[in-house]
Amino acid sequence: MPLFEAVLLALQTIRTQKLKSFFTMLGVCIGVTFLIAVVSIVEGMSKYMEDDLVGKLLAVNTFEVRSWPNVNIGNTTEEMWREYQRRPRLMEQDVAPIVAALPPEALWAPMSSDGNISATTLTGRPKAVNAYNTTRTYFEIKKMGVTSGRVFSPQEDAMGSLVVVIGKDVKDHFFDNVDPIGKELRLGNLPYIVIGVAESQGSALGLSFDKFVVAPYSSPLRRLTNRQKGVIDAVMVKSPTDAIMTATMADVQEVMRSVRKLRPGEKDNFVLETSSSALSFFAKIKQYLVLAGVVLPAIGLIVGAIVIMNIMLVAVAERTREIGVRKSLGARRRDIMAQFLVESTTLSIFGAAIGVALGAALAKTIAAVSPLPASVALWSVILAVAVGASVGIIAGVYPASRASRLDPVVALRSE
Amino acid sequence: MSSPSAPESLTETAERRVVSSAQGAAPDKDWVIVTRGITRQYEMGGEIVRALRGVDLAVRRNEYVAIMGPSGSGKSTLMNLIGCLDTPSSGEYWLNGQQVSTMSDDALAQVRNKEIGFVFQTFNLLPRATALQNVELPLVYAGISSSERKKRAASALERVQLAERMSHKPNELSGGQRQRVAIARALVNEPSILLADEPTGNLDSQTSEEIMRVFEGLASQGQTVIMVTHEPDIAAHARRVVVLRDGVIASDDSGDVYRSSRMGQGH
Repeated sequence: MPLFEAVLLALQTIRTQKLKSFFTMLGVCIGVTFLIAVVSIVEGMSKYMEDDLVGKLLAVNTFEVRSWPNVNIGNTTEEMWREYQRRPRLMEQDVAPIVAALPPEALWAPMSSDGNISATTLTGRPKAVNAYNTTRTYFEIKKMGVTSGRVFSPQEDAMGSLVVVIGKDVKDHFFDNVDPIGKELRLGNLPYIVIGVAESQGSALGLSFDKFVVAPYSSPLRRLTNRQKGVIDAVMVKSPTDAIMTATMADVQEVMRSVRKLRPGEKDNFVLETSSSALSFFAKIKQYLVLAGVVLPAIGLIVGAIVIMNIMLVAVAERTREIGVRKSLGARRRDIMAQFLVESTTLSIFGAAIGVALGAALAKTIAAVSPLPASVALWSVILAVAVGASVGIIAGVYPASRASRLDPVVALRSE
Repeated sequence: MSSPSAPESLTETAERRVVSSAQGAAPDKDWVIVTRGITRQYEMGGEIVRALRGVDLAVRRNEYVAIMGPSGSGKSTLMNLIGCLDTPSSGEYWLNGQQVSTMSDDALAQVRNKEIGFVFQTFNLLPRATALQNVELPLVYAGISSSERKKRAASALERVQLAERMSHKPNELSGGQRQRVAIARALVNEPSILLADEPTGNLDSQTSEEIMRVFEGLASQGQTVIMVTHEPDIAAHARRVVVLRDGVIASDDSGDVYRSSRMGQGH
């Protein structure tokens, strides 16, 4: 019997036994649902990590020279922290040798920052903000535009004027329904004039990226972001291409090693942080998450396979006479085998297909009601359907071979 | 039909002896079925049941044979062997010049598909399939294309006057109609023999007559028909009656002789 006929026959059988077929495919369906949902959420999280979280902290083709990594996703032990604390800080005088090593097309900006600076207005409640002292190139490197006002002028940059560009959250907190441009925002008891509101940088995992103020590098805020004289947090460097960035990073590493007077063989006591270096740990835990996302539903799929095998055994017993009739009309062993195998496989693929739809819906629902993102990966859909097919084949082999080996005389006599 | 039957049966007996003596050699083309000393035994509850104890039977092309016998006489076993559903424990079975007694399962399936058309007492139609689909089934296993199948199945249904019931399911058909669908299914592959097992066992007498007329018609068109029955009235339609008793052939005569014997003139 050609495969196409066998599939039609299987579909017909499934159609006439809807309820039974539904329960048969339930196991596979649930297994695949969770496979798709878990993988979607893991994939969504990793996409989120890469594009939104780390991508916003560290721009494309950008690296930051720091004494220790800024983005620490779960992999920092206490011992590592103590080692970080012993490292020399990055100093203002380090900037010149770094910049000297950069190609002319690279953009760079020094940065001094503090995550907990209190901002106030005369009327508003104080709010803790991320404060940055940097130059106007910062906006260019971050590709950060303004929704109203402007960024620093070169003069303001050079003079360290009392001006700030504020994030959307800061604007909403202090200047709700009011045009903030030209208004006063007090940082460390000094009045700064708001000259611009930055575009929203979005949020990741419930953390907003809009809770910041940016002031010129040499403005008095500098004394608050790093109280120790001459200490800065980072030098940001943006290269036009990935290849140039790799080469530049090698040069900057050499410069930093000589600035720090490191002997060959001594480990770097600084980092050149990129988005991929920040993500290295996440990439590792993602492997485990994906593994869990595949292994746990596999248990459901095993149960599903057992259910299908049982139902197929019952079907063979119920249809013994039909098998006898088919054999008497000339069905060979392989015809009967194919009929039942195709039936179990069709059932299972059906279950898997419904599972894909349910899993995608579940992932989207979770994404909608929680901060967890979801994105359905094509490979997981292909995997699910392949798994569905193999579950059907594996579960169907034994019942189908039993059916095919039935003695036609005995089968015809059965009720 | 009646006048040449007596001498014919004599010559047949003679020929049959010739056929059965030639052990191992393929019989003449004219013989559709030749069995040489076939036996069949099986174990049942630790006891060996000898259902057939050496049956020599030869059936010529175009014959219409009834196999009779009380229950336990081995007629069902013989019919399973003739129908290639089973293989003999010993002895030879030649079907249409092919030695089938030693064939594998799959080879037997193909022989059943091409050479034998079954008609069962309980019709054995697939309940979820329409009449047309039921008749198509042997053609499916013969690997014939869908359009060709439909054409041939439809013409087989026409042969049994059921053309207008093609798309009905078995439960929408009367008993007689079901059996006619089964006959159409048996005929659709143009088999060498039509093998009917108590074809009227589940039908009332009027419908039985109707079905017997169908067989009669087919036999007169040259179809070889072998019918297993325990009803003398039904067997009386056949032109030759083989009676089995305790696993051996007790008598083998033309129907006319059988009929006259029942009237108290023969034996």
